[in-house]
Amino acid sequence: MQIVAVGLNHKSAPVAIREQIAFAPERQEEALRQLVAAPEILEGLLLSTCNRVELYACSHDGTAAASRLKSFLAEFHGLSEDTLTAHLYEFRAEQAIRHLFRVAASLDSMVIGEPQILGQLKEAFSVAEGCGSVGLILTRLLHKTFSVAKRVRSETAIACQAVSISYSAVELARKIFGSLQDRSVMIIGAGEMCELAARHLVNHQTAGLLVANRTFERALQLAKQFGGRAVPFSDFPDYLPQADIVLASTAATGYLLTRSQVEKVIRRRKNRPMFFIDIAVPRNIEPAVNQVDNAYLYDIDDLQNVIDANVKERRKAADKAETIIDQEIGRFQRWLSDLELTPTIRDLQQQLEGVRLRELDKTFAQLQSLGPEERQAIEACTGAIIKKILHRPIAVLKERRHDMTGEQYLDAVRILFGLDGETEDEDQG
Amino acid sequence: MSNLLFKITLLCYLAAASGYLIHIASGRCAAEKVGRWLMRGGFVLHCATLALRFFEAGHTPVANLHESLSFFAWCITGIFLLFDLRYGLAVLGAFLSPLALLLMVVGNAVPRQVAQLNPMLDSWWFPIHVSLAFLGNAVFAVAFIAGVMYLLQERMLKSKRLSALFFRLPSLDTLDTLNYRCLTWGFPLMTMGIISGAAWAHAAWGSYWRWDPKETWALISWFVYAALLHGRLAIGWRGRRAALLAIIGFLCLLFTFLGVNLLLSGLHSYESLSGR
Repeated sequence: MQIVAVGLNHKSAPVAIREQIAFAPERQEEALRQLVAAPEILEGLLLSTCNRVELYACSHDGTAAASRLKSFLAEFHGLSEDTLTAHLYEFRAEQAIRHLFRVAASLDSMVIGEPQILGQLKEAFSVAEGCGSVGLILTRLLHKTFSVAKRVRSETAIACQAVSISYSAVELARKIFGSLQDRSVMIIGAGEMCELAARHLVNHQTAGLLVANRTFERALQLAKQFGGRAVPFSDFPDYLPQADIVLASTAATGYLLTRSQVEKVIRRRKNRPMFFIDIAVPRNIEPAVNQVDNAYLYDIDDLQNVIDANVKERRKAADKAETIIDQEIGRFQRWLSDLELTPTIRDLQQQLEGVRLRELDKTFAQLQSLGPEERQAIEACTGAIIKKILHRPIAVLKERRHDMTGEQYLDAVRILFGLDGETEDEDQG
Repeated sequence: MSNLLFKITLLCYLAAASGYLIHIASGRCAAEKVGRWLMRGGFVLHCATLALRFFEAGHTPVANLHESLSFFAWCITGIFLLFDLRYGLAVLGAFLSPLALLLMVVGNAVPRQVAQLNPMLDSWWFPIHVSLAFLGNAVFAVAFIAGVMYLLQERMLKSKRLSALFFRLPSLDTLDTLNYRCLTWGFPLMTMGIISGAAWAHAAWGSYWRWDPKETWALISWFVYAALLHGRLAIGWRGRRAALLAIIGFLCLLFTFLGVNLLLSGLHSYESLSGR
């Protein structure tokens, strides 16, 4: 039994290709039904996001299943297989499991550690469950995958550091203020960046939002959107003492806020700390503000540096995650090989027992003169022969089931002894 | 017997400190858990050590340098475990457990014969005075550590160089709140320690205050903390300044505790305590 994965992602294919073979949500069930209708495919799963399209399948014949998956992708979207093949990757057995684990743990993502992919994978699994395209093995694999992703998340720092401007601003604010609950935020400027950052901050249940903008209507609009209050642009310094976090992003040239202003504000606030985030270029807040006690100023470059450092940390965490994945692959493969070993041994025994009984019948039919004791002796003798012959193959199968060659031995046994029913006819004839 | 227990306690603290340090260096949560349980185990052993020592000596075991160091380490560990339980600030352990360990190591190195307490001084005031004084010191040790952590964290925020440590240290606000909490606990303890000391002095020597170096330095430390408390409540001092004062205050306390005994002589020296 083999797990096979075929697909493409943001690294292997340009967006022009990705958008062509993305599966619309309403067509996914149809695709899955078609997929598992193919004889090579026992179970199938389809993951389609804006950065990747991947098909996972479980099959007895890895090679046939892989080429079926490829042709399916091309046919379903009406593309020629040749253009597609260049962008496709293919993984089998251990490699396929590793790939799935890495995808779920967000190690294969554009932004390492981003959390959405796990949700998308869960969604894909529930679609597959809904139309019955996953069975015992993929179900087990996916459950394992979710637990691996969870383990990676909790045991490594892969997702704990911000890698976007607004997230890193929130993170810094939390290192200054602890909880952001009951902290108030002032936004100077009402551009897109401000809106985005404001949304992140408000998500942390900040207490109040003040919006100052040159066009007052826009300030009103933004304030309404977040349940805040608009203040006249010219008066914003008067409101500064109320604000714990100040976010500036206006097109002003020259500083809107100077060091001496901030010193006064901090004094009026009885030294309660303030966090200034200046994402405007040219800058809106005088850099020397950072030297004021209890005032912290980060401009866009500072935030970018924080992000770069975080990305580096995430890479380090990713190494740790790979180790976890290695361990878990081993565990899943043991389960998978045990799953196949038992029926193979049973088939093997039944097969030989069948041969023995048939041959005994023939022999006994010819040798009518045999007494019951002799018959019994012959039965016992043939039984012992079968047992002795099988002893070594079964021992080897059990021995090798946990390493790489185990599957080859299993396949070999099935072919050599005709366990999948091909030699039956010859035997009869 | 109490010596053996003391050594086991020391080893326990050593292991606990390693656990906490591994946690802060690598971010492994398991190391912190192990550290916490070792610290708790060490504390229980330490209680037993002190109890045994109490029966061996026949008086509160704070009559020589070895005993005082051990008692101080015990107070620090106890206060830390309490704070950890109450406020869940395990990161403190990475700084406080080495401090307790250091005290224990020094305590292990100095002579440890049981001292005979001067009969004139042997009264109920003795345990009351030393317990209050050392508990106050231990709370201020937490404030000191919080101050050090605050300065580290603030420096990283201001310089914008955020190391892995940055993500493991608590927020500035948490540390500043801790500074204040320690002050509200430590200051009354310290004040009562000084008052009970004066009462004890009155009972033993007939005068409340004799300007002996220890008394003088205790008073200096008291003024530092009084200034900090006043600054916090009335003027709105906080953050860096409060952290710095907590550090200065603790250094004064350390000098009061160790420096005075080792460098200056006076009524509080262990020699005069044991009546030699």
